[in-house]
Amino acid sequence: MEHLIWLVPAFPLGGVLINGLFGRRLGKGAVGFIGPGVVGAAFVVSLVLFLDLVGRAPEARQLTQTLYSWIAAGDFQANIGFLVDPLSATLMLVVTGVGFLIHVYSVGYMHDEDSAGFARYFTYLNLFTFAMLLLVMADNFLLLFVGWEGVGLCSYLLIGFWFKDRDNATAGKKAFIVNRVGDFGFLLGIFLIFGSFGSVAFADVFPTAASVLAPGGDLAFWICLFLFVGAVGKSAQIPLYVWLPDAMAGPTPVSALIHAATMVTAGVYMVARSHALYDLAPDVLAIVAGIGAATALYAATIGLVQTDIKKVLAYSTISQLGYMFLGVGVAAYAAGIFHLVTHAFFKALLFLGAGSVIHALHGEQDLRRMGGLKPIMPVTYWTMLAATLAIAGIPPLAGFFSKDEILWRAWDAGHPVLWALGFVTAGLTALYMFRLFFLTFHGPFRGTAEQRQHAHESPASMTVPLAVLGVLSVIGGWIGIPPAIGEFLGGVPNAIEAWLAPVFLSAHGEAGHAAEAHAVPPAEYALMAASVAVATLGILAARHLWLARPEVPQRIAARFQVPYTILRNKYWVDELYDALVVRPYNALSRFAWRIVDEGLIDGLLVGGTAKVVQMQSRAMSGWESGSIPTYVMVFFGGAIVILAYYLFG
Amino acid sequence: MSAYLSAILFFPILGALLLAGIPGANRTAIRQATLAISTIHFLIALPLWWLYDPTGAEYQFVERVDWIPSLGVQYYLGVDGVSVLLTLLTALLTPLAVLGSWRYIDRHVKEFHILLLVLTTGMLGVFFALDLFVFYVFWELMLVPMYFIIGVWGGEQRIYAAVKFFLYTFIGGLLMLVGILALYFQHERATGTFTTSLPDLLGASVPGELQLALFLAFAIAFAIKVPMFPFHTWLPDAHVQAPTAGSVILAGVLLKMGTFGFYRFAMPLFPEAARDALPWIAGLAVVGIIYGAMVALVQPNVKKLVAYSSVSHLGFVMLGLFALNATGVQGSVIQMINHGLSTGALFFICGMLYERRHTYDIEDFGGLSAVMPVFAVLFMIVTLSSIGLPGLNGFVGEFLILVGMFQTHPWMTGVATAGVILAAYYMLRMFQRVMFGPVDREANKGLTDLSGREIAILLPLVALIVWIGVYPAPFLARTEPSVERFVERVAGEGFEAPPDLVEIAPARGAESERENETRDGEETETP
Repeated sequence: MEHLIWLVPAFPLGGVLINGLFGRRLGKGAVGFIGPGVVGAAFVVSLVLFLDLVGRAPEARQLTQTLYSWIAAGDFQANIGFLVDPLSATLMLVVTGVGFLIHVYSVGYMHDEDSAGFARYFTYLNLFTFAMLLLVMADNFLLLFVGWEGVGLCSYLLIGFWFKDRDNATAGKKAFIVNRVGDFGFLLGIFLIFGSFGSVAFADVFPTAASVLAPGGDLAFWICLFLFVGAVGKSAQIPLYVWLPDAMAGPTPVSALIHAATMVTAGVYMVARSHALYDLAPDVLAIVAGIGAATALYAATIGLVQTDIKKVLAYSTISQLGYMFLGVGVAAYAAGIFHLVTHAFFKALLFLGAGSVIHALHGEQDLRRMGGLKPIMPVTYWTMLAATLAIAGIPPLAGFFSKDEILWRAWDAGHPVLWALGFVTAGLTALYMFRLFFLTFHGPFRGTAEQRQHAHESPASMTVPLAVLGVLSVIGGWIGIPPAIGEFLGGVPNAIEAWLAPVFLSAHGEAGHAAEAHAVPPAEYALMAASVAVATLGILAARHLWLARPEVPQRIAARFQVPYTILRNKYWVDELYDALVVRPYNALSRFAWRIVDEGLIDGLLVGGTAKVVQMQSRAMSGWESGSIPTYVMVFFGGAIVILAYYLFG
Repeated sequence: MSAYLSAILFFPILGALLLAGIPGANRTAIRQATLAISTIHFLIALPLWWLYDPTGAEYQFVERVDWIPSLGVQYYLGVDGVSVLLTLLTALLTPLAVLGSWRYIDRHVKEFHILLLVLTTGMLGVFFALDLFVFYVFWELMLVPMYFIIGVWGGEQRIYAAVKFFLYTFIGGLLMLVGILALYFQHERATGTFTTSLPDLLGASVPGELQLALFLAFAIAFAIKVPMFPFHTWLPDAHVQAPTAGSVILAGVLLKMGTFGFYRFAMPLFPEAARDALPWIAGLAVVGIIYGAMVALVQPNVKKLVAYSSVSHLGFVMLGLFALNATGVQGSVIQMINHGLSTGALFFICGMLYERRHTYDIEDFGGLSAVMPVFAVLFMIVTLSSIGLPGLNGFVGEFLILVGMFQTHPWMTGVATAGVILAAYYMLRMFQRVMFGPVDREANKGLTDLSGREIAILLPLVALIVWIGVYPAPFLARTEPSVERFVERVAGEGFEAPPDLVEIAPARGAESERENETRDGEETETP
């Protein structure tokens, strides 16, 4: 099956070329077929590869294909080569599967674009899929980095898709630059890896990691920390999360695909992929878990008071990514990936559902002007309900299993504080998500009469993807049923953990993270019950505050003005960065130009020369003035004098 | 002995003579003739790509005849892998520059094109020369046409810019002349023979103290040309004032003469001094990377912004050369080509903007993507190439430079790597202000998209940008043996990795040392 691997990224790349070069002439019909079609084809190939892996013994589940030697110079060498193992196969299915649904949805959502814009949109979206596949399929760090920056580029292009609006373009630029800060760290990590291992290929680095790097040593620490800086940028964690809320300026399907389901999870994937290194750097793992838990809570608090439906979802994404990092940070890599997968289902659905609402209300994104849409948009309503319950962590929906797994692993690893952060966040998540849900679909409609009149359910190209994702949001968690529940169901195994076990074991050969059969401690049941309780509490509170007593939130806001203002203004972090980084840098740049360049170097040091120049330029009236020969004479004369001095002096 | 290099070298001058015979009033004929001449010239030079054998002798297509026997001066030409790539770059940019001047140059059209062709010969001579005297002659030869191109066809401040350019380069050249003469006499004292042949001079080492002085004489001349901070202030003026073709050739080829000079002469001739100066020059390179990026950010003039970005990019090239390992130097060489392509394209783009609006002020643009969609795509690709996006050419060079330098100077490299953030900042900010947002100026609403001629200029450059980004192997393979010889010569056997490397990665450092030592000595040239 190895020989098929290249087809997976090749299909979307073909879509880029066709749509990019001929899209405008082909027309919207053809582009709307090719764009999703190539991703669907990539999904089929991924599925074939996946099934091939399934058919093999667990330790033989690895396919590789090397296309060519990309960069070879001196000691350095990196290939264009792919690795398909249970981890990358899982991600490939998510990227192409969810990606395909979002492509289909986009055909309906972007229908009002002219044919040039339509072609441009699908070119970018296919390019994104291609880059994301490179990222998850790469068999070395450098190719991973290509995909890493490639998805960042597509994010930039798609956030600023409607570039005529200056704010959109600014948001895209911000995303790219903040991501570059992270990429700077990633690059340093790659340099250190090459310096230590003499290679950037996973096959050279991971198996030898334990012998090359001293466990807990400085080198392991710095490599993992630098890589994590990259992850913090790409996956929007504290302190580099600031670009993601702004990224909502892009078309909503883009938010669903790039800024929820796939790209932003790349950091989690990268840490999990590099677990052989992270296992040697327990201090960095602690940092990862700490930042993850802190981000989860922090973003949830902001999400609580946002009024833009997409902004709420953006902060929710940041928060959920925090959970994933909490998971991988306590070395529960499979749990982190599990949450990545379920999150891809329900968060893509939430964004697409939000897009459906926005579409119906002709661009309205303010929750304060929504409400009462339940009867008008039944498919959107019911699928959104499934996704909201899933993210709130209500069993047996997808989010319950994956989130609970992470919380349990955090507790089990001896981090009660991190668990507590995650636990509080779980309650907040239910609260702010059902706030969004009630404000959108229940209560009276608060928009204009015209909006109300034109509100409609979305076309089938949009509702069918919603329905598929709705089903996945319900049953998606069943691939990771913990033993605590599985034994009641007659020994249902934790499928995803077992599936990923070879990846997370193979490097060490020690029985570290796999779910081996062990007695379920009573604490696990207690924690599970607690998180279901806190989620239920959150939902009930949301119902009380925004459905039953809509005047109460205003009173609370008035009563607690200081914290409310802080949250409304998102802790003023953007302003802080502006004051601490952006403005000083710009001022320093102006100083470098005006004072150092023009004043010091040109004015002072070259000042004498400049005077001569002025005199000369007055003398030179045309290009035949003959002053250059004079110069030449003078300088050659000088040269001879200096030379004579040097030789005979 | 083939005369292939001489043919490549003098073909443009012959073409210039041909042009002299066309009446100056017939501008179109002159433009067409120059385009034909430079295109044929490119086709003549192109077989070098296949004929040059990377695994063969160090210098190939060697031509060597006595010129001034009494002084030991020879007409001595030859190319290595690096010269081959730079030659092809030069030969490619010249016809594109002619196309780029098609409308921009409308007075003294004949003189302009004659100078352009003479300039081409001057530049190629620098890349071909294996004799220091010949090198010096061509070095000065190319200075004169560029001086006139800026001074006659430039913008309002052209005289100031041209004289500044001339003085800087000439003073540098003078220092180099002194260096060449001192080296010449020193060699005679040591061996009893007068020679200006580079291979002969490479064979004899210069004593320590003199070596540092001579290295500095050469290094300052080249550092001005690169230009390295703080010798760079002639560059923004020259670029802003020069006509499009002048800027393209200046950025694309002339700046490479500085880095090429380090590669071909200053470092191999004086390896110990080069190693002593390493922290200083590499330090200045890092300063240039950061400083150029900062000053570029605040430029209101798009051409000046691109000029300062060159200071930053050339800092990377210098850093790679002083990595003194094959990885870094290979990156440096490929980055010379990359910069020629990307920044050349950027200056063409500046020219296209100027021809439409007669301004370089970023403020005067905005929203151009809406009215010029084809331009937007090409401009975007070039911009991304300039900020080192993986998959395009700039990344290959920058990455190799940084990963090579990191093995010996991690801290310095760490600072330099920050340049990738800053580059994204100033380039994307400029791109946004020119291309995105609403078209809020009346004058921009009716702008026409690129003409066929303009697409023909950018397309080859963009194709190469993608090619080198995706499949750089053919380029890297052509320079690899040359670069390895360079590294062996300059890094030498006595070269010890600095202590900070040893701390970080003891195993690797020792390993690459051994590899360097076991490499064979230089091979002989083809007769």
